[in-house]
Amino acid sequence: MRELALHILDIVTNSIEAQASRIIIAVDESVRDNRLRIRIKDNGRGMSQELIDRVLDPFVTTRTTRPVGMGLSLLLQAATDCEGGLKISSALGRGTLVDVHFKLNSLNRMPLGEIGATLSNLCIASPDIHFYYRHSTDSGRFVFDSFWLLAQMAARNCMLYTLAGESEQRIREGVLAISSVA
Amino acid sequence: MKTLADLREIREKAKREMAQREQTARYRIVVAMGTCGIAAGARSVMSAILDELNKRHITDTVVTQTGCLGYCDQEPLVQVMQPDQTTITYGKVTPEVARAVVSEHIVNHKIITNHVFLQK
Repeated sequence: MRELALHILDIVTNSIEAQASRIIIAVDESVRDNRLRIRIKDNGRGMSQELIDRVLDPFVTTRTTRPVGMGLSLLLQAATDCEGGLKISSALGRGTLVDVHFKLNSLNRMPLGEIGATLSNLCIASPDIHFYYRHSTDSGRFVFDSFWLLAQMAARNCMLYTLAGESEQRIREGVLAISSVA
Repeated sequence: MKTLADLREIREKAKREMAQREQTARYRIVVAMGTCGIAAGARSVMSAILDELNKRHITDTVVTQTGCLGYCDQEPLVQVMQPDQTTITYGKVTPEVARAVVSEHIVNHKIITNHVFLQK
C-alpha cells in the first residue's frame, strides 16, 4: 500500500465484511505531539480474544478459515516502521476498534493520500452503512457524514454515483483546508 | 436549519429509493476490495466505473464492493451480475478496462471476452 487512505479502505472493508452498520473513521494529526493517529470503529460482529491474538500474524491467519487476512499485519508493519503502533479492541457482538498511530514526521510515514476517493467509494458502494469521518489537526476539524450523500441523492433525485466526483472533491478540499503536513 | 424529523424523513426516503433501485437494477457490478484487490488498484477501478456510469447517465446498474474472492493473482477483479443471473468475472482490470466494462458490457450488452477470467 502506498497511502494510508488505502489502508483505511482495507480496514473498513473488514468492518463491512463483519456486517457493521455504522463505521466511524477518525484521523488526528498533531504537529505538537508529532503524531498521526487513525481510529476505525465499527459495530460489526467483533472478534474473540483468540482471534484478536491471531489477526496481527500474517502467517497464522488465513482468509479461508476467517474473514481476515494480511491487511492488519501490513498496517502494523507500516506503523512500526514509523515509531508507531497498532492496537485492536474488540468484543463479540459489540464491534471492533482499530487504533493505529505513527510518528508524524517519520521519513517512512506514508502520505494520507486520496482519502476523498476512499470515502466516496465506500459510501457509494455500501449505501446501507452509516459512515462518519472526522479529521482533526492543530488548526481545525473536518467532518464528512455519508448521510450527506443520501440527502443529496434524495433532494436532487439523482443516482448515488452522480455524486462520486463531488463528494470526493468535498472531502479532499475539506481536509486540505485544515491540513498541516499529511 | 432542518429539524431532526426532517433529516429522518430524508433518510427514510433515500433508503426507500435505494431499495427500489436495487430491485429494478438490471446489472450489478461488484468490485473486489480485499487487501489484494486494493493493493492492485481496485480503488481507481471503482472510481473509473462510477465516473463512466455517471457520464453515460446509466440508471439501471448498482455498484457494490466485496472482499477477497480467492483469486488474488488476478486482481483487480470486477464481477458483472447480469439480468439472467449469470456472473461474468473480469480479471486484471485497469481503469481503462473498467470503463470498457461499462461502455461495452453494461451499455451494449457485449462481454469483453479477452478480459474474462471466470464465467458462470
